[in-house]
Amino acid sequence: MREGSISIWFFIGISLLVNGALILASGIWEVFHPPQTPPVLFELHAAVWWGALLLLVGIFYSIRFTPSRKS
Amino acid sequence: MMNAFAVLLATKLVHLAPVDLAIIVFYFVLVLAIGWYLRGLSKTGEDFFLAGREMTAWVAGLSFLSANLGALELMGWAAASYQYGILAIHWYWIGAIPAMIFLGIVMMPFYYISKTHSVPGYLKLRFGESSRALSAICFAFMTVLMSGINMYAMALVMKVVLGWDIHFSIWVSSLTVAIYVALGGLRSAIFNEVLQFVLIWAGALLIPILGLIEAGGWGPLKARIAMNASAQYTHVWSPLASFDSNPMGIHWTGIVLGLGFVISFGYWTTDFLVVQRVLAAKDLRSAKMAPIIGAAFKMLVPFIVILPGLLGLALLPMKLTGETAALASGGHSYNEVLPLMLARYCGPGLLGLGITALIAGFMSGMAGNVSAFTTVWTYDIYRALMNKSASDEHYVKMGRWTTILGVLISVGTAYLVMSFASIMDYVQALFSFFIAPLFGTVVLGMLWKRATGPGGFWGLLAGTLSSIGMWMWVKMDPSALRFVALSPHAKDMAENMYRALWSWIVCVVVTVLVSYMTQPKPESELNGLVYGATDIPSEGAIALYARPVFWAVVVGIGFVVLNILFW
Repeated sequence: MREGSISIWFFIGISLLVNGALILASGIWEVFHPPQTPPVLFELHAAVWWGALLLLVGIFYSIRFTPSRKS
Repeated sequence: MMNAFAVLLATKLVHLAPVDLAIIVFYFVLVLAIGWYLRGLSKTGEDFFLAGREMTAWVAGLSFLSANLGALELMGWAAASYQYGILAIHWYWIGAIPAMIFLGIVMMPFYYISKTHSVPGYLKLRFGESSRALSAICFAFMTVLMSGINMYAMALVMKVVLGWDIHFSIWVSSLTVAIYVALGGLRSAIFNEVLQFVLIWAGALLIPILGLIEAGGWGPLKARIAMNASAQYTHVWSPLASFDSNPMGIHWTGIVLGLGFVISFGYWTTDFLVVQRVLAAKDLRSAKMAPIIGAAFKMLVPFIVILPGLLGLALLPMKLTGETAALASGGHSYNEVLPLMLARYCGPGLLGLGITALIAGFMSGMAGNVSAFTTVWTYDIYRALMNKSASDEHYVKMGRWTTILGVLISVGTAYLVMSFASIMDYVQALFSFFIAPLFGTVVLGMLWKRATGPGGFWGLLAGTLSSIGMWMWVKMDPSALRFVALSPHAKDMAENMYRALWSWIVCVVVTVLVSYMTQPKPESELNGLVYGATDIPSEGAIALYARPVFWAVVVGIGFVVLNILFW
């Protein structure tokens, strides 16, 4: 990419960061307020660990490819 | 705005929570923001139509795959694996991997060195204006029609899965695609395709992970499938010994020659929708690596497409049926298996991400069609046939307006299909008429110096017309299936494969015959276009692991091992 432009990986990082945060928050809420009709394997709390994973990857990519940093 | 949300909240198969809607809305905001940001980087023709030819191998490779990874593809093949078992995996393995490797290692040097803007552009350089005009007009026409059909199918899925209004889905998705592609051109389409690729994996990967946990692993899953359907449903090659020993009604020769050779090579090496992404690579090495990276990921896509279909067959409490039976009984159809599995495991948040993955898949396919149409229209039809001497700025302006026009024609097609559903079958058949002969023309052009301009044109025309002829023959006399598809038991898929094979053979035979009857170009005019007449730049003294051919061998070995494992 040409100099000074924002990398695609930065946009991907932002996307994973925001989605991960929303899913993690939603998953934590559900741990304390379980739904009346839970999905199958609800006890694994997939939203918590999957959301946390997306959030961490999102943070990494957002920082690593921040526009002000030289890659 | 309130009306829009009222529409969004009227759910059906899946119920969305506010957090799901927030994830979907954020996705739309982000893709538009990317288009807005990239508008300033798309001022020249090279920028707008070829993304400045500065994409890395990874970006070009993921975009190459993502343009093909539409949600219809995801949902359609998940449905096919529920219906036919693991046989559907052939469309991801033998129906893609060899062709993608061939594109990267053998064909890409000629596309790239010739500096063509498009596949019809290569035909112009190799065979002359008539071959370019024939392929460009067919491609442009088919591309916008296919885009419209996909748009309608997407809107239908959103209606079934979420209860969204069809008009709302069509207009919101198409206007979003029109805005971001018109603003940023191919660069914007590629950026969004890579984003969409990541979201598709992030949204769909949990289904097979949780499904395998619930089933107890691959062994118990196979046992359940054997109980619910047949043990053959988990074997890739062993059920293909005869036409009637598998639910697809297909023989292994059809899979290997029809799908694995003609259809697959035709699509992955000559369909400009996918090839355009690789042409945007920053150098020849990246252009060769991009399809190989795409192939490596393509081999893994069955994990999020085929496996959920098989898991549905093993784990869902209800029996899925065809569309007609589902409508009559009020049950669920095969096509709903992926959303059903999504709803089975995903609560609020995860559901929004899964639905975003489907929407992203639809939009990446649509953007791919529109950006390819725009390039072919502007360079291979408008500039070649109508206005040869305008400025670069004029062609970029034409490209932006063509993007919007292409989307509007697609919307028109979507509404046409809504009124006359049978059009869908005809257009899909039309697309298949053209792609197999085109592969014959391009591959002979690249590998055989003796092929001439008239040979290329008449071969392409004869191959296309023979394909149409065979299709009409079977339509008028269904018993002709035993000649076209070699068996009266052959199903639609088998007929398509054999028709593609025959039309490719007709194209090659006619090209060879006419070429021997006409004067070839001098070898000096074939430099950069044909094997044996082109000096392909050396990759220099780079390490073995940095060479495309090394990774092609690695991917090839992976492909063979997987086929043996699931034999």
